[in-house]
Amino acid sequence: MTTFTVLAIVAVLAALGVVLFSSPVRSAICLVVNFFVLAFVYFILNAELLGITQIIVYTGAIMVLFLFVIMLLNLGGPQAWKERREFRTVLGFGFGAALAGVIASQLITHFREHSRPFADDGYGSPQAIGRVLFTQYVWPFEVASVLLLVGIVGSILLAKRKL
Amino acid sequence: MYNLLAQTDGNGLAKRLAEAFPPPTIDWPSILPIALVVCTGIVALIVEMLRPRQNNNAIIGFSLVGLFFAGLSLTSQFASPDLESFGGMVLRDRFSLTIQLLVVMVTGLTILFSDGYLRAKRIPFGEFYPLVLWSASGAMMMASSKNLLMIFLGIEVLSISLYVLAGMSKTETKSEESALKYFLLGAFASAFLLYGIAFMYGATGSLHLDAIRSAWNPNDEAFRNMMLFGMGLMLFGLAFKAAFVPFHQWTPDVYQGAPTNVTAFMAAGSKIGAMAALWRLLSASTTNVDLGATFQSYWMPALFWIAILTMTVGNLVALVQKDVKRTLGYSSIAHAGYILVGILAHVNNPEKVGIGTTVFYLLSYSLMTIGAFAVVSLTAKNGKEGTRFEDLHGLWKRSPFAVGCLIVFVASLIGIPPTSGFFGKLMIFNDALASDLMPLAIVLAVNSVLSVYYYVGIAKAAFVDAEGARTPESAPMNLGLAATCLLCAGGIFAVVILFNPLMNWLVGAP
Amino acid sequence: MTDWLIQQSPAIQATVRVLVFVLPLLLLVPGLIWWERRLLSWMQDRIGPNRVGPFGLLQPIADGVKLFFKEDITPSTVDRAIYFVAPAVALFPAFAIGGTLPWGPHYGPLMHWTPIANVNIGILYVLAISSLGVYGVVLSGYASNNKYSLLGGLRSSAQLISYELAMGVSLACMVMATGSLKMTDMIAAQMEPLWGIQSLGWLQNWFLFTPFGLISAVVFLICMVAETNRTPFDLPEAENEIIAGYHTEYSSMKFAVFFMGEYATMFVFSGVFATVFLGGWNLLPINWDVVAAQVPALAGIARAMDGLTYWLAPIWFLGKCATGITFYIWLRATLPRLRYDQLMSLGWKSLLPLAVANFIVVAIWIMGTKLYGPGGGWAGGLLGLAIVYALYLNFVSATRKSGWGAKDRLAMVDKSARTIDLVDPNVAGGTR
Repeated sequence: MTTFTVLAIVAVLAALGVVLFSSPVRSAICLVVNFFVLAFVYFILNAELLGITQIIVYTGAIMVLFLFVIMLLNLGGPQAWKERREFRTVLGFGFGAALAGVIASQLITHFREHSRPFADDGYGSPQAIGRVLFTQYVWPFEVASVLLLVGIVGSILLAKRKL
Repeated sequence: MYNLLAQTDGNGLAKRLAEAFPPPTIDWPSILPIALVVCTGIVALIVEMLRPRQNNNAIIGFSLVGLFFAGLSLTSQFASPDLESFGGMVLRDRFSLTIQLLVVMVTGLTILFSDGYLRAKRIPFGEFYPLVLWSASGAMMMASSKNLLMIFLGIEVLSISLYVLAGMSKTETKSEESALKYFLLGAFASAFLLYGIAFMYGATGSLHLDAIRSAWNPNDEAFRNMMLFGMGLMLFGLAFKAAFVPFHQWTPDVYQGAPTNVTAFMAAGSKIGAMAALWRLLSASTTNVDLGATFQSYWMPALFWIAILTMTVGNLVALVQKDVKRTLGYSSIAHAGYILVGILAHVNNPEKVGIGTTVFYLLSYSLMTIGAFAVVSLTAKNGKEGTRFEDLHGLWKRSPFAVGCLIVFVASLIGIPPTSGFFGKLMIFNDALASDLMPLAIVLAVNSVLSVYYYVGIAKAAFVDAEGARTPESAPMNLGLAATCLLCAGGIFAVVILFNPLMNWLVGAP
Repeated sequence: MTDWLIQQSPAIQATVRVLVFVLPLLLLVPGLIWWERRLLSWMQDRIGPNRVGPFGLLQPIADGVKLFFKEDITPSTVDRAIYFVAPAVALFPAFAIGGTLPWGPHYGPLMHWTPIANVNIGILYVLAISSLGVYGVVLSGYASNNKYSLLGGLRSSAQLISYELAMGVSLACMVMATGSLKMTDMIAAQMEPLWGIQSLGWLQNWFLFTPFGLISAVVFLICMVAETNRTPFDLPEAENEIIAGYHTEYSSMKFAVFFMGEYATMFVFSGVFATVFLGGWNLLPINWDVVAAQVPALAGIARAMDGLTYWLAPIWFLGKCATGITFYIWLRATLPRLRYDQLMSLGWKSLLPLAVANFIVVAIWIMGTKLYGPGGGWAGGLLGLAIVYALYLNFVSATRKSGWGAKDRLAMVDKSARTIDLVDPNVAGGTR
């Protein structure tokens, strides 16, 4: 429980940092921290493979690309943010807070009673995931590969100037 | 020495797993159509690599043959019993087969008229055909599953192909704008959908719609709230894909900017997929268990007003448009409203109202929409395309046949009696009355009258003489376009003439 | 000693293991630097550092002291927080990966000493943590607020992402061959009879000696050099193009931390290579217990060797790591730096297809072995090779026919412009 508390505090702080930092690079770094800590939350839930996949895919690949793009575009610092601070931003914050409040007030109280927050031993292991992927979820698994193929072909079609 | 098995297999994990996740039943025929379409796309990509330069005939031929066999494999299963296989991921029932058949038909028609248009717009990429096929396979997946995971994957396959296709005309900024708008808003909507699915899963522990339905319990407050949040978010996502008001803002811009053949596919194929998923979700979210409140009593009022808004706003805004593709875009929003009325009628009273109305309306809607867009695609030439009303001027002189067909499509879109559009609307009207949705029926009737003005405007534009206005020389009719027009116009009458046998064959009963 | 260790709580056990096995990593770094400088100078026909201590062994210590007492300059326009964090981030992955390296046998009396954490996602863990290595470089490049540093960071992120794929696939082959992700299981699988043939039981099945393993090893070796930003893949810090890339603005100890991180990473990757392909801590690819059982005449020596291999396992492992490092240095002395496009095309067009083809071959190989024994495995491997080759031929013919491959290549390189006529001074006016 204490482990979880520490992880949760770090994750929430990082998530706040993503939203509140004015520099895009710092936001991205906070997101990296958030993903990394989330992976540890998965670990303590007995979902090792999920956690490590989180690190490989999000922290290791996607966020690197994020940073790459941000750095490549050299997105400006604080000024860019100040320009947009108009009533719509405030409105957006308001609605977001309202939504979060509604969801939290309705749901969090009920989650607190259900406390067995981890999977059975071995059910987050690579063997288990492999088994499930190739039995129950074999069709979605194959369809996901079609999705990736579409993504590859599409990005080449859009990015290449001359085919 | 060192026992490898004992280590990796601690506590008999493999055995426990085998018990928990037995091999699923595999029913190859039920995934055959989708697999055929996907593989046709993949092979078409290889054909694209081997073909002589800039000649897409081989790809088109191959794609059409693949679609034909997919359709064949679908119709051959009409007699088979309903079956869920692949661990509940693939469902074969009449609705799934019929909708898949519609998607296959729509894809075939789109491919048929695409080549001439793409050539005229100077974007003859062979990749268009595989992407359309994959997109179609996404729509088919959405129709053929009751599992939210598959529905989501289907939506993503469908949409991601469409994002790319919308931006295919790379020389035009408006095509790129349309792709970007569609992508950003679509990704946002997908996120909402996924969030909703997560709530559903959190509440019920299952992604299967039947399990979700049977888990409904309004007395458990936490559970009910999670279900309702989930349902709301999912409806948001699907309403975006189906372009209901107020989630329709992207539609006119995307329809206008995307290449016309892609717009045609978007208006027909993507809408069929979204409607199918919506139909699945809604009909699985109805409960009449005596537990107090039914599930639908929570979301039905929302959809009721969305339907009214969609029909009205779609038609009213269409009145003031100056661009044919935008007009047709708003008209497709209005039609989405009509279809939603049909779905709601079915959901409200499943005993009296079957799937026939929705299927028939989708069929006739796709025929007339694809036909109309095919005729509009005639305005493209030399890499340019004008789609304002003036650009249609004088079309009847240049290709009378196309204008003749356009008249049919417009008549059907309005809902003039001998056409399928009229019968579709009549069926929805009747269904709405039959399931106590009188207000919707009245709004539908009023809107049909409203829509006459702008539809007639489209037809009129084709007859006005070109003199004085800017006159892009139209590309001459080509074989594929003529075939598409003929098939669509013929189909509009054929489905009326052969109404009873057709409906018997498609859905079992009229 | 072992009994005492087992009785402690897991956290203390882990701490003890860290103290025994990971801390020396830090102490090894000066040794590595000395080795690199000496070996490099020897290869380049120079003398190298030989003044401080015997053979110049204390030179790195002196350098360290110098770095420590140097003025620590922080440029005024840097993004301070990130600037200070980046070196630590660069150092982190090496030590984190070190946690899963099995320094010795995971059975018998030494079982509880190593690895520090025998996680059952071992290889994935290595991939995950090594993919974090890029952050140190990217962040320092960004935070320095310097064009050259930024370029270094950009190059590095593109490079690491490109080579991670091939690395992952090459490791996946070995995971398939083992059937487990655990490092200890991989070593155990390499102690099976060679090629699965029981009569060769006295030879170990080091994956380097299997055909598919060899290909994987080559791919992995190249990728690991690229992942550590070492020559010939040291584009992120190319001195003559972008000064020193991401660490241009770092001085004193912060620079030393980068330096340390680089060497520690090299060491750890060598360790992973040794574990996955070179039989881990085994001294020689020979199962001494089998030899003892089969050849009575050699039983005494074999048993002695068995004991030696077992009890001094960390030393053999260290030796293999040192071999890996030596290979790094050898590469640095031999190969010039790649151009950026060469780097990309090597990663995407050569290594990745090779690794994927190998993946297919391994899959068929394993299926053959499972169905028909070792012979079936070889047949399956050949079949897989044939399939891959046929696919390759198809692809080549397809690209040739449609004409793009050839045309593009011709456009890029005018062949005649690139040929150099060598003049043979011994033949009058002659070229050869």
